[in-house]
Amino acid sequence: MISLKNVHKSYVTGSNSLHVLKGIDLEIETGEFVSIMGSSGSGKSTLLNILGILDNYDEGAYYLNGSLVKDMSEKKAAKLRNEMVGFVFQSFNLISFKNAMENVALPLYYQGVNRKKRNKIALEYLDKVGLLDWADHLPNEMSGGQKQRVAIARSLISQPKIIFADEPTGALDTTTSYEVMEMLKEINAGGITVILVTHEHDIAAMTQKIVRLKDGRIDQIIKNGDLKHFQHQYAKELETA
Amino acid sequence: MFDIDKWQEIFATIKKNKMRTFLTGFSVAWGIFMLMILLGSGNGLSNGVSENFMRDAVNAMWLWSGRTSIPYQGLKEGRDIRFTNADYDVLKDLEGIEYTSGRYYIRGNKFSYGNEYGEYTAITCHPDLQDVENIEIVDGRFINQVDINQTRKSVVLGKDIYDALFKDKNAIGEYVRVNNIPFKVVGICREGGGTRHRNAYIPVSTGQKVFNGSNRLHNFALTINATTLEESQAIEQRVRETMARKHRFDTADESAMGSYNKLEDVIQTMKIFQAIKIFIWIIGTGTLIAGVVGVSNIMLIVVKERTKEIGIRKAIGASPSSVIGLVLLESILITTVAGYIGLVMGTGLMELINLVVEKQYEVSAATNGGNGETIFRNPTVDLGVAMTATLLLVVAGTIAGYIPAKRAARIKPIEALRDE
Repeated sequence: MISLKNVHKSYVTGSNSLHVLKGIDLEIETGEFVSIMGSSGSGKSTLLNILGILDNYDEGAYYLNGSLVKDMSEKKAAKLRNEMVGFVFQSFNLISFKNAMENVALPLYYQGVNRKKRNKIALEYLDKVGLLDWADHLPNEMSGGQKQRVAIARSLISQPKIIFADEPTGALDTTTSYEVMEMLKEINAGGITVILVTHEHDIAAMTQKIVRLKDGRIDQIIKNGDLKHFQHQYAKELETA
Repeated sequence: MFDIDKWQEIFATIKKNKMRTFLTGFSVAWGIFMLMILLGSGNGLSNGVSENFMRDAVNAMWLWSGRTSIPYQGLKEGRDIRFTNADYDVLKDLEGIEYTSGRYYIRGNKFSYGNEYGEYTAITCHPDLQDVENIEIVDGRFINQVDINQTRKSVVLGKDIYDALFKDKNAIGEYVRVNNIPFKVVGICREGGGTRHRNAYIPVSTGQKVFNGSNRLHNFALTINATTLEESQAIEQRVRETMARKHRFDTADESAMGSYNKLEDVIQTMKIFQAIKIFIWIIGTGTLIAGVVGVSNIMLIVVKERTKEIGIRKAIGASPSSVIGLVLLESILITTVAGYIGLVMGTGLMELINLVVEKQYEVSAATNGGNGETIFRNPTVDLGVAMTATLLLVVAGTIAGYIPAKRAARIKPIEALRDE
């Protein structure tokens, strides 16, 4: 599904150049539930943006579903994003003047689905995340957890192959965080690849594979079987802390 | 462009962002509104004044004879100058003269018909006077060449005279007594642009014959064929020289022969109005520029404000062109509708003022023996100018929106979505 080969990325601000990704090699199979971890500045959000075709990279190669994603025209990238991926953000990024149903329906607008039909589908997805009664509420009338559930419904409506979640629980309390994670697990169980960025160990521990980044390189990949060990180690870290 | 879904999306956005829509719309509507008022007022002032001028033909010129005040070729001053029919023949064929009419003054102007009588002015004239003084025929005809040739006792009555003598009866073919001499009524007329119609016209030849004038004429009314001040002055000079040579007086002797050239006055006044018009246009253009700047400013802010929204839209699959289209179509829609509203409001106000002014004009016309006074009439703006101004604002708004919209569409979604 996803294959990264020696991907480099630098940000140039004025005369300073910041080398964020220093050669990433990564393979993610269809149906995996992956979390990307790392301290701030380790390049985890940058990596997610590149994976989500929200940003381009300088060097290397990125194959998505077998095709090379590089130097794409904005139009083509937009189309690919629309068809292939869904996004869930830390700050939800709902359009403030649209109600829950309209927010969920928006990706279908860019697929050319007519208003009646896409609103109907949007209601179905809102039902799936348990917010059917909130369909005509504006984002600022909803709690954080509700907003994130709307965002998840929105990311799902275009029936994507991959869901990218950038700190999806970063703005939520523990209970709602776990609710959101349950939801992502369900989505993953439905066959959709889920990749999330987090710095919370308990959240990462709920995924099948953890990619740890350090200073722009992959430091460690912890597979499913090792998770117990990781949890143990994490518990130890907590004790010593 | 005519995708219903796209428009629904735009209308939804407009509906949800009322303040933003109002501000953008208001700056456009206000600009157009002010422009309409400015240009309308300018036009109204100009129309009012030129209408006062247009009562007679604007290129009219009058000559009257007097007494010399400067010795000339051995002749002493204080000599009477007398115009005759021969002068009429000379003037008529002079280059640059269009219409010519001579007049012989007759004494006592008592008009009577049956038991009705009144004092009015009888003007003896040639048929051309109709063109010089813009006389409108209400009924019948004006004095014609046959009247002159056969010295017929025909009379054209002013509307007020007809009303006084005949009430509503038929007058054409009836005989009216002027100084006790019967004249046959051939027409009823109104004075062009004026509201008083107390003059009666009789053939100049008849006037001279009946009232012992032999071949004497007292003054001439002419129209000249000139469009500029220089041409007009040249023709006036030519007329003076011709008459001076014929009657032997100094060309510069204003009291030997007086002349009044209306075109000179008109042109000079029009020049002032030209200046006023230019001034109004400068202010109007300034208003328009202020409007353009206002619209541009708001569009910049709008796009800035929408950066995050644009980022979201892009993340979920909006192409750059669809983002630009969304922003631009919205701005075009708002500016067009607002421009139209401004146009309608401005025109409406001007029409309202027009209504009031016309009412006042009628009232003053009724009290002032029919001569309405106004310096402000028909304050409307050329539709083409108004449309162009509106279009300009719409285009300016579009360009002002396009540049930041394009930049916003090019921003990477992550940059737009980055938390502040």
